[in-house]
Amino acid sequence: MLSALLALSALAIVFGLLLGFSAIKFKVEGDPLVEKIDAQLPQTQCGQCSYPGCRPYAEAIAKGEADINQCPPGGETTIIALADLLERDPKPLNPENGEIKPKTVAIIDEPRCIGCTLCIQACPVDAILGAAKQMHTVIARECTGCDLCVEPCPVDCIDMVPITQDILTWKWPYPDTSLEKAS
Amino acid sequence: MRQTVNRIRRLWKFRGGVHPPQQKNISTSAPISPAQLPERLVLPLHQHIGEPAEPIVNIGDKVLKGQMIARPQGYVSAPIHAPTSGTVIDIGNYPVPHPSSLSATCMVIHSDGDDRWIEHHAVEDYFRLPPSELRNLIREAGIVGLGGAGFPSYIKFNPGQQKAIQTLILNGVECEPYITCDDLLMRERPQDILSGLLIIQHALQAHECLVAIEDNKPEAFVALRQATEDYDNIEVVQVPTLYPQGSEKQLVKVLTGKEVPADGLALNIGVVCANVGTAAAVHNAIHRGEPLISRNVTITGSAIGSPRNLNVLLGTPMRELIEQCDGNLDRIERLIMGGPMMGFALHRPDLPVIKTTNCILAATAEDLPPQRPELPCIRCGACADTCPVNLLPQQLYWYSKHQNLDKVQEFNLFDCIECGCCSYVCPSNIPLVQYFRFAKGDIWTQEREKEKSDIARRRHEFHQFRVARDKEERQAKRNRKKAALKADTAAAERDKKKAEIQAAIERTQTRRQDAMKDAEMRRSSYQGRTRDHSTAGNAGQQPENSSDTEQK
Repeated sequence: MLSALLALSALAIVFGLLLGFSAIKFKVEGDPLVEKIDAQLPQTQCGQCSYPGCRPYAEAIAKGEADINQCPPGGETTIIALADLLERDPKPLNPENGEIKPKTVAIIDEPRCIGCTLCIQACPVDAILGAAKQMHTVIARECTGCDLCVEPCPVDCIDMVPITQDILTWKWPYPDTSLEKAS
Repeated sequence: MRQTVNRIRRLWKFRGGVHPPQQKNISTSAPISPAQLPERLVLPLHQHIGEPAEPIVNIGDKVLKGQMIARPQGYVSAPIHAPTSGTVIDIGNYPVPHPSSLSATCMVIHSDGDDRWIEHHAVEDYFRLPPSELRNLIREAGIVGLGGAGFPSYIKFNPGQQKAIQTLILNGVECEPYITCDDLLMRERPQDILSGLLIIQHALQAHECLVAIEDNKPEAFVALRQATEDYDNIEVVQVPTLYPQGSEKQLVKVLTGKEVPADGLALNIGVVCANVGTAAAVHNAIHRGEPLISRNVTITGSAIGSPRNLNVLLGTPMRELIEQCDGNLDRIERLIMGGPMMGFALHRPDLPVIKTTNCILAATAEDLPPQRPELPCIRCGACADTCPVNLLPQQLYWYSKHQNLDKVQEFNLFDCIECGCCSYVCPSNIPLVQYFRFAKGDIWTQEREKEKSDIARRRHEFHQFRVARDKEERQAKRNRKKAALKADTAAAERDKKKAEIQAAIERTQTRRQDAMKDAEMRRSSYQGRTRDHSTAGNAGQQPENSSDTEQK
């Protein structure tokens, strides 16, 4: 009787220590689900999802506060990827958040720029270069096409232009095998 | 002796492959002739794999034949030279031969008709040069793989550190139907090919050289065999005709029995392959000092009246070549650059010839029947039997069709060489290769976007960090200012107090001194009074005064 009790308590102590140790040793920093959701988002940082950036939206999805269909720049691809990740059914994009548009890039009409720095402050990825009373310019390579710089410009000199396809980014189209074409 | 060596050389086989109709005799009856000098040449800056070249001449500049007009940008790149003398009349976007039918940056040269060379000279005693210098010369000459892919040759001719190149394979297989430019080159200029081969061998320090020629080109085989008779370590090998034997990995397997690793290069197993046309270009560059400004192009197809091979200056419009070979532009159903298996359709005939244009196939409906409607896959497995890289095209097809990009990579989509054997044998007319190309493009696009979004994430995180840091810094500055102000007022107050105290001390001291003086004076007046009565009146007033000050 006594030996059984002793053995059980010894086991309990050992496992308790083991669990306590592993809780410290293998502690996961942050929420891995948020990271995974964030990785699927396009990182435009446009705020169309009604959250101030992609990461806050990812956090909201992880908490269950936001739905997976609120990201217009990501479009269908992102919705399907999120649905796969969270094992939910994909659904069409919520029209309240905007519509799917072709990818764009901001261009500053430089002669009209007055150097007010308002767009620089608005840019979430620091893709606009300039200083007070100096002409500003967009680093097209870094621009995510989020539209956030258009609104603050007092002289309306920023245009969002669709990205044109060039030979280096061109890809083969999906084969058109319709009977009309073939005949 | 050499005959026996050749007879006993063992050849291996690769799996699959097809035998499409050769159609090579159409264009082999006439020798290679130079094409007419065009009036206007359009030279795309991106004629090779890698980064586009960067122009080094301006609009309006006069250029001479062979003058470098665009220099390579980065490691994987190649320069471009003026194919004839004339004036640069434009640098801008022009349509280029590419499956996208998009435009790209080109240089346009208006020929002056003189075809005047820039000063150039042969390299003497190239075998005394270190291989790296030889590679530099090949780079400067703008030589890229002329077999069709257009990879900068000088990179291929670098064995890397401590890597011994066992075998150098010169590829004269030319397995694609219709194309005969390598065949004719081997027949007519075997000495040039041999001399180029020796240069490449020196650059690579290769132990043995093999020249592979398919058995449908007996004249070329004999010509090269005779040219290489005196060299012990060069062997001309006849290989049985089978498409796609000209593909590097398949040819390495056939000649050496070794398999090139899926994610590696032939270089990893000590083999380097080069096209016979590339060897001839290397010969031109080293022994004549001439950069790559022209190439042989096969003009063939049923819409061409006298199909043959032309030596064409790069940048020549294809329309002119078709006209020179009595082609009928109206009869062309499909204009293809390359062969019927791996070539791609061009949307217009006035595109320029570039470094990778080996063939212009002006096909009518009898050459290439139009694509028949795609029928459902019947799972016959013919595609898997014929795939030369042991893939499962049927599986790849399902996953590509439904854009399952993870699965399609699990089935090794990126090992596909797009040879077109599977599409060729498919009884349901499924354009399998088109699905595979689409899936590859989709994956690359996705990867590019992923990379871009990762950069955007990092930049956004840094932006947030920067905004927070600036705010903190501003706050800290404000706090410091406030503290400094406080300190200033405190110090001022302290000083004031100190001054007051000092003043008070001084006051008391003066008072005390005054008092002492008074006492002194009183004492002296008292003494005086006792001695002198005349001063008694003054002295008598003084105590009153002093008591007044004391009261004050």
